[in-house]
Amino acid sequence: MRQFLTSTVAASALALMMSLAPAAAEERDPNAKPGGEIIITYKDDVATLDPAIGYDWQNWSMIKSLFDGLMDYEPGTTTLRPELAESYEISEDGQTFTFKLRPGVKFHNGRELTADDVKYSLERVVNPETQSPGAGFFASIKGFDEVANGSTTSLSGVTVVDPLTVKIELARPDATFLHVLALNFAHVVPKEEVEKYGADFGKNPVGTGAYKMTDWTLGQHVVFEKNPDYWNKGLPYLDKITFEVGQEPIVALLRLQKGEVDVPGDGIPPAKFQEVMADPDQKARVVEGGQLHTGYITMNTTMAPFDNVKVRQAVNMAINKDRIVQLINNRAVPANQPLPPSMPGYSKDYKGYAYDVEKAKALLAEAGHPDGFETELYVMNTDPNPRIAQAIQQDLAAIGIKANIQSLAQANVIAAGGEKDGAPMIWSGGMGWIADFPDPSNFYGPILGCGGAVPGGWNWSWYCNEELDKKAAEADSITDPTKAEERYKMWGEIYEAIMADAPWVPVFNEQRFTMRSPRMAGADALYVDPVHIPINYDYVYVTDVQ
Amino acid sequence: MIAYLARRLVQSVLILLGVSIITFALLYLLPADPVRQIAGRSATPQTVENIRVQLGLDQPFLVQYWRYLTNLVTGDLGRSYIQRSEVSTLIAARLPASLLLMVGAIFFELLIGLTMGIVAAVKRGSAVDQTLMLGSFVGVSAPQFVIGLLLLYIFGVQLGWFPIGGYGTWRHLVLPSLTLGILGAGWYSRMMRSSMIDVLRQDYIRTARAKGLTRAAILLRHALPNAILPVIAMIGIDIGIFMGGIVVVESVFGWPGIGQLAWQAIQRVDIPIIMGVTLVSACAIVLGNLLADIVAPFIDPRIKLR
Repeated sequence: MRQFLTSTVAASALALMMSLAPAAAEERDPNAKPGGEIIITYKDDVATLDPAIGYDWQNWSMIKSLFDGLMDYEPGTTTLRPELAESYEISEDGQTFTFKLRPGVKFHNGRELTADDVKYSLERVVNPETQSPGAGFFASIKGFDEVANGSTTSLSGVTVVDPLTVKIELARPDATFLHVLALNFAHVVPKEEVEKYGADFGKNPVGTGAYKMTDWTLGQHVVFEKNPDYWNKGLPYLDKITFEVGQEPIVALLRLQKGEVDVPGDGIPPAKFQEVMADPDQKARVVEGGQLHTGYITMNTTMAPFDNVKVRQAVNMAINKDRIVQLINNRAVPANQPLPPSMPGYSKDYKGYAYDVEKAKALLAEAGHPDGFETELYVMNTDPNPRIAQAIQQDLAAIGIKANIQSLAQANVIAAGGEKDGAPMIWSGGMGWIADFPDPSNFYGPILGCGGAVPGGWNWSWYCNEELDKKAAEADSITDPTKAEERYKMWGEIYEAIMADAPWVPVFNEQRFTMRSPRMAGADALYVDPVHIPINYDYVYVTDVQ
Repeated sequence: MIAYLARRLVQSVLILLGVSIITFALLYLLPADPVRQIAGRSATPQTVENIRVQLGLDQPFLVQYWRYLTNLVTGDLGRSYIQRSEVSTLIAARLPASLLLMVGAIFFELLIGLTMGIVAAVKRGSAVDQTLMLGSFVGVSAPQFVIGLLLLYIFGVQLGWFPIGGYGTWRHLVLPSLTLGILGAGWYSRMMRSSMIDVLRQDYIRTARAKGLTRAAILLRHALPNAILPVIAMIGIDIGIFMGGIVVVESVFGWPGIGQLAWQAIQRVDIPIIMGVTLVSACAIVLGNLLADIVAPFIDPRIKLR
């Protein structure tokens, strides 16, 4: 066993820590005052608050405030830290993780959390009957296949050593495993409550989190109240959060201006964006931040003429990304590679394909299409995506490619992308990749690796490079945190190699803009927290309490 | 009467069956794959297949439809793919709000429509009549989301008389009911006007006038009761029109009814909810029409149910 001590590796990106002072006091905001209530609005109903199932940006953060996992991130950052675990050890070969649990953590029903709950929760997610969209993340745990194919319900790799110790063995080295344990899917649920509510557990969530759910009136609101027994003493600051649903973003903004709402969860409606930003008073309450998102155009590498790399490169040069960014009121930054700039592994020195119509035309001619060709561009039918598609269409027309726009509902675009000869080109807007966790590997497998290039997959370019797949596997077997930089470098090379083959046109990385009421306070980072969207409910506070 | 009812009931069931087959088939033919919606973007092919089998979506169309139908008979509308709840629970939780909205809309369409119709009939041919009829034409033809946003902006944002969307008090009810009712008000004003004109031409009105009754007495006591009945009989049919309108109105005002539920479900291709709301709406329309037909002979004895 090798033990990592706090002081020595805190700087490493993986931030493995042996032991942690009781709930890191330095992160507390000295101005924070406990108490107060806030109102958050959303257009859509909250889908489910079951951590094994919830997988949209709306319920993701809500679930994080109701439940806890072994691992989590420092608020407002992508730095890993233990949460329900007090400390952990990783074996020399990087395949055995031993977690010491924080003692005295209680579920909202009053029962104390034990190692059995951790084991149960992991097994529940992997169990096919749970239908968890996140089951695949746990594939590196020993015994995963047996549970996933239904032959047993017990994960042989997860052992309860004593009530406060759990050991997880992996079948192969997995550099991302601690990130996986920080996903909502790995959050701990109490067995008795899951069994009591069955399929309706997602409507009656019981966890260990900072808040407990006290009311859910279908179609109207969900209410969270402060968990007085929360293990992380002093948190949360707010007494109550009411999530009002069914509110159009434009109505939410009007209500915010009248002081009836604290955060419009769906953000500033595009049509009102310039108006808000032009008003200094309102602009002051908008927090801007990056997010782990890339918007891209896929070109189906199995369909002519996109099976020719020169055609794909030509398209890369033909797209005027600055203009597209302008089109969405500069709510994004132009991209030149699959990874967003804030992701480790991002190649700062890589320049990508510069916008050059003449060169694109020449390349297209070289590929045997001097007069261009006709193709189809699939796009999701909600604003601003059709407008972006039109800009792409014009850019393509400038080099002779006539792209007909197929503007469809999201599910239909996804379905077309998942068929081998379904869609020659797709603009990913509205469906673009947002990372599950801050690690470069998360932008590869499903969307650029061979594993995703299957019917029903998300690799809409159908790009499959066996060599890169091998290199990816090699990079992800580097589990030594002291070699993290080396690993990120390998990933950077993988993405540069992908760009040479040009299955995508990376177009932009969306920025986030969160608006808050004047009385809401807390560090700006909490309002554009990369993990908690739109805001980190556990750490924000209001100023109008005594 | 009993025989008539029985026949209409059988017809209604057949209509609903037809609606269910058509809706089910249309949703089945959608190129979107519900399993992938549930499984999400990170699911392995194994997970996807496993969910498909568990939901029975690997079965042929007729098997799936038959299973849906047999569950339907027991009141089971299935579980939502996205919300992961019983569709019947979701609809039951939202139905009262939609019914309340419809009651409000009926109130406004009658209040506005009948008043306009009576005034226009009395002032027939005058500028008042023409203005009112133009107004009714606008009410019938203007899209509801435009009216809704306009009312919201004027009375909610500018004047602040009513809350900007939401649910709970009578003040919340006013603007959405008004928006939903304006369309009907347009129709009712025209019907009321022609019905009133018909009645005012009758001999007994002339008699009433001849015996020296006041204009108000003639209008309210003699003409109105006869003129209003055929108009009122149309309310049943309104339910069908409302069912279309609530989808728009509820979305604009954040009204937690089944229209909003349907709109969200359509955007996310949540097939069980779309199915469920469609069937409930179809039921409401069929019932509304049935009601209108049954009421008709009581109002106008010349109509006989056969």
